[in-house]
Amino acid sequence: MIVAYEKCLHCGCCVGTCKQNAIYLNDYILQFNDLCNRCGRCVKVCPVGALTLEVK
Amino acid sequence: MQKLQCDVVVVGAGPGGSMAAKYAAEGGLSVLLLEKKAEIGAPLRCAEGVSKKWLKEMGIEPDPKWISADMDGAIIVSPSGHRFKLDESHAGNEVGYVLERHLFDKALAEMAAVAGATIMMRTSCTGVIKEDGKLVGVYANRMGEPLEIRAKCVVAADGFESQVSRWAGLDTSIDLKDMDSCLQYRMANIDVEPNYCEFVLGSAAPGGYLWIFPKGNGRANVGIGVQGTKCKRGADAKYYLDKFVNEDPRLKDGQILEIVAGGVSTCPGLDDTVLDNFLAVGDAARLIDPITGGGIAHACQSGMYAGQVLVDCAKEGDFSKAALQVYDTMWRDSMEDKLVRNWIAKEKFATLDDKILDDVVLAINDSDIKEVNVYNLLKVIKDKYPDLMSEMEDLF
Ligand SMILES: Cc1cc2nc3c(=O)[nH]c(=O)nc-3n(C[C@H](O)[C@H](O)[C@H](O)COP(=O)(O)OP(=O)(O)OC[C@H]3O[C@@H](n4cnc5c(N)ncnc54)[C@H](O)[C@@H]3O)c2cc1C
Ligand code: SF4
Ligand code: SF4
Repeated sequence: MIVAYEKCLHCGCCVGTCKQNAIYLNDYILQFNDLCNRCGRCVKVCPVGALTLEVK
Repeated sequence: MQKLQCDVVVVGAGPGGSMAAKYAAEGGLSVLLLEKKAEIGAPLRCAEGVSKKWLKEMGIEPDPKWISADMDGAIIVSPSGHRFKLDESHAGNEVGYVLERHLFDKALAEMAAVAGATIMMRTSCTGVIKEDGKLVGVYANRMGEPLEIRAKCVVAADGFESQVSRWAGLDTSIDLKDMDSCLQYRMANIDVEPNYCEFVLGSAAPGGYLWIFPKGNGRANVGIGVQGTKCKRGADAKYYLDKFVNEDPRLKDGQILEIVAGGVSTCPGLDDTVLDNFLAVGDAARLIDPITGGGIAHACQSGMYAGQVLVDCAKEGDFSKAALQVYDTMWRDSMEDKLVRNWIAKEKFATLDDKILDDVVLAINDSDIKEVNVYNLLKVIKDKYPDLMSEMEDLF
């Protein structure tokens, strides 16, 4: 996952939406773990468009 | 790793966590309240509207320090711009104060502190500790220092993210149709009605609504919620909010003082909110009203119930799921009917197109209903469009 930190507002919207529990927001830093299945839900619901799936 | 011990560890110092900590500590329990942020109540994730009634029920004395503005009513704006104004007596229980949550949340945390809870700031819960399948506490990190916190019961009050419950074994994930992606600007130098909360319906906010909650002196929270299924590209909330702000002449000279983002659940609460040695409150338990998006009251109420039940459990020395079930029953008795009804109603509202929404707003204008609430709105729709409501007969 590519995080545009200049856009991210640390709101946790992506974290709560992820079915895989693959995102952890430690105050200001988003961490993604291996459970991510690239479903794209977090990318869609981010209110400010801070997330992009890496091209594989 | 530093090891700590307590009766109850509460994760998250929002309204839900602070109330749970307060009531548990008042009952004599040792309570640790963990908050990952550097400031309670900030950054804001809220439009700050609350009704007055529940504050009284909770025994929270309104304090001018954390009240921005007192509302006289609400204005509902139809997609083509019909404005329907309701004064307080007709607006159901949804109108009341617009808070200053930066201060409100701190006031609640202070109540927990006065009751005897220990508050640990910049302390992020990173996982739960299980031994032989039994939940015995949480791991946390306090400004780089790893902690192992052992407790008789863990309270998940971590808001929309709701991760602690998942680590403990509950499924808190929500369908995209049951969440709204939200963005809000706190604006100054704008020209809005000072004592009316405004709700704009229709395709300007797909599946959700736009709001203007005034905060006095030409200031207001101007925000939007877009239903998850209607988010197509990323940044949908920003796209629709910017469009609205640019097109509304009252906002054209406005300046943004604060940008607020967040997620709101619009489902009727988790199927389970308790496990052995574990319970979840507030947004973490998905207790936001699916129609209004209001969750402060439910977070406070569920937190209070949790604290009270924990004190009783301590007397018996029993924090099993069966013992904690009393908490689950308490919140269900007080709010579940409304959560479920408004969840069904939300599904219906989200499917109505602009034309129908226009008709509905005009119809309430002409109707003689005494109080505008979800139930009465649905009745108006049913009278005008019986076909639309046929599958919802059981609501009436
Ligand atoms: C844009 C928007 C507008 C809203 N408008 C309204 C409104 O007008 N009226 C209304 O009643 N409700 C509104 N709500 C909902 C309301 O904000 C929530 O229902 C309310 O804050 C819930 O309280 P809570 O205590 O459950 O969670 P929160 O207030 O979210 O508190 C959770 C706390 O837990 C902390 N936390 C999270 N994870 C961890 C961790 N791992 N370790 C330590 N701490 C952690 C967070 O930092 C946070 O402080 C709105 C929500 C949004 C997003
Ligand atoms: S939803 Fe977007 S803004 Fe919010 S925390 Fe995730 S990446 Fe950041
Ligand atoms: S792409 Fe899907 S699985 Fe991966 S982090 Fe985002 S929501 Fe979670």
